[in-house]
Amino acid sequence: MSTDTSAGQAASGAARGEHPTPDRNEGLTADDLRDLAPADQDLRLYRAMAFVRAFEERVETLYKQGQVRGPAHLALGHEAVAVGVGAALGPQDRSIGTYRGHHHALVRGTPPDGMMLELLGRAGGVCGGKGGSMHVLSVEHGYLGSHAIIGAHLPVAAGLGWASQVLGEDRVTACFFGDGATNIGAFHEALNLAAVWHLPVVFVCENNGYMEYTPIETVVPVTYPAADRAAAYGLPAITVDGNDVSAVREVAVAAVATARRGEGPVLVEARTYRHGGHSVADPAAYRPLGEVEAWKARDPLAVHRDAAVARGGDPAVYEAVMPEVREQVAAIARRAQEAPRPDAADAWTDVWSDGSSTWRS
Amino acid sequence: MAELTYREAVAAGLAREMDRDPTVVLIGEDLRAGGVFKTTKGLFERFGPVRVRDTPISEQAIVGAAMGAAMGGLRPVAEIMFSDFYATCWDGVVNEIAKARYMSAGRLTLPLVIRSANGGGIGFGAQHSQATENWAMCVPGLKIACPSTPGDAVGLLAAAVRSDDPVLVFEHKALYGVRGEVPDGDHVVPLGRAGVRRSGADVTLVGLAATVPMCLAAAADLAAAGVEAEVIDLRCLVPLDAATVLESVGRTGRLVVVEENPGQLGWGAAVAALVAEEAFGDLRAPVLRVSGGNVPLPVAKELEAEVSPSAAKVVAAVHRALDHRRVAPVA
Ligand SMILES: Cc1ncc(C[n+]2csc(CCOP(=O)(O)OP(=O)(O)O)c2C)c(N)n1
Ligand SMILES: [Mg+2]
Repeated sequence: MSTDTSAGQAASGAARGEHPTPDRNEGLTADDLRDLAPADQDLRLYRAMAFVRAFEERVETLYKQGQVRGPAHLALGHEAVAVGVGAALGPQDRSIGTYRGHHHALVRGTPPDGMMLELLGRAGGVCGGKGGSMHVLSVEHGYLGSHAIIGAHLPVAAGLGWASQVLGEDRVTACFFGDGATNIGAFHEALNLAAVWHLPVVFVCENNGYMEYTPIETVVPVTYPAADRAAAYGLPAITVDGNDVSAVREVAVAAVATARRGEGPVLVEARTYRHGGHSVADPAAYRPLGEVEAWKARDPLAVHRDAAVARGGDPAVYEAVMPEVREQVAAIARRAQEAPRPDAADAWTDVWSDGSSTWRS
Repeated sequence: MAELTYREAVAAGLAREMDRDPTVVLIGEDLRAGGVFKTTKGLFERFGPVRVRDTPISEQAIVGAAMGAAMGGLRPVAEIMFSDFYATCWDGVVNEIAKARYMSAGRLTLPLVIRSANGGGIGFGAQHSQATENWAMCVPGLKIACPSTPGDAVGLLAAAVRSDDPVLVFEHKALYGVRGEVPDGDHVVPLGRAGVRRSGADVTLVGLAATVPMCLAAAADLAAAGVEAEVIDLRCLVPLDAATVLESVGRTGRLVVVEENPGQLGWGAAVAALVAEEAFGDLRAPVLRVSGGNVPLPVAKELEAEVSPSAAKVVAAVHRALDHRRVAPVA
């Protein structure tokens, strides 16, 4: 099976520039979620979630120190969705997500070093300093980007599915979006098109209960903003506890298999919660007292660790994971902080396929 | 060399590209039936449902799916039936398609084309007649081609399909019935190279799409009065062939830009500014623009004509340019 996810995509621009994105990939790699076996899957799923957690905690700290350029929307609390679905994807599959997308990029194998460089606005970032936190991607790992206009990437996911269908390629596309995206037209256009064309796309709603500062239930007349609408387009919809990585993975494996068999798209709505504000800058004072605590009591890492230990996992082994990944992330952050700043002239490249931004003769 | 109508040329150009490259696919509304302007006539029968995809009335899905397909290894040609409808999917065009390469530092390539029927002159009213090419020109990251002849409809489309950059092709509704020669074989008109449709030493007329035949008609009238106009068909707004315009103005010293989009912020303003900045010393008269009116386009013939550019308005502008006497600088 080919691992080339970059069909039609040429490596160019910053990829070939003076400060190439480091291919150093320490901490979390694509292989970490591949070929899970019953004997090791609990620990590997836990470790991947822990790495995402440590990465996001570090970004939060750096942001508060004023070191992150632009906003940062963290996935603290969302780890199980990314890891559970990520573990269901093969190397040839694609995923695409939103500005809250560090976790989705990481689980596909996007180099954490390159991501940290991008977040800190240093040379060699995965977007060459032109994307930032909201637009990280790794084409070669099949993560086709974080998109920051609500809903806009759902039709793009349909198009990726269409391409696999036309080219006869065995690739499923997983498309992540928030509960808030279910009220914009592009969501409905994309679901309808994907359904009527039987496209190999798995739509994954990360329902964290809030669209920015507004509770989703105040703007949606149904219980499940994504799943309840999917029925209207004939899409099979599955709701799942988004804080239970095993449950998410099980549902995702089935959904991906359906899409892979050519039976058309599936929608998964995973109920989860963000531990922090909409972005790091948001203190999230609009949330009712007790709500955060109640959800933190169902922290996806703790939920999974407890289940794993109940299944016979060694508590000491699980205890050792978080300190280890925090060390790794600290080293990644240190390297990024010591990295050079980009050349200002880079701002003038990569508009066109010849690498230039020249619009006139 | 075959003589085709502009609409037949579009269909022929699409067929040529689809024959040449199996990754070229079409997506849009009513394509199977040949399209409302008959620009995809026969393509479904010839290339089948896998490569000619009819969509629901979902412009955001059309544009987004074209983007995804381009990311996934195809060369999609999407159709937005009327260019006015870009307003319903402009997000995908300007926030996604135009920026994907840049925001990914060159890691994403979007070899896609979006075609649409643009412009007025046939009484379709304010929501189906706009010349919207200036909307696109505001956004870095989009190439813009506007054919004025059946030959260019094929040649610019070929260049657009083969380009690794996103290209918006604005076909002009009023030109669909016009006949013209289309070269046989592999006819490609490179993006960003203007065509000099007529040579002349007295004034430079710059037109695009339907204003090119308008400029040629004006030039014929002017010739009868002894004025020789040079007519430049810009062909593309991005890349813009500024060099050809500047060279011509360097010889004629006078420039009239003829644009169909509303003058309050049309592409003619960009051309005029460029010439004012870079060829000021060559100018013997102020740069003049003949533009679409700053009103929504009305339907009744007299009303639409009133606010649209015309050969007569171009002739009048040329006379104003010729009548201009530069005040001698105070010594
Ligand atoms: C079209 C559009 N409208 C508004 C915004 C501003 N905005 C950014 S994130 C957001 C909330 C989205 O909520 P949701 O989809 O639930 O995702 P979450 O942030 O909860 O992950 C809004 C309104 C935007 N980016 N795009
Ligand atoms: Mg939300």
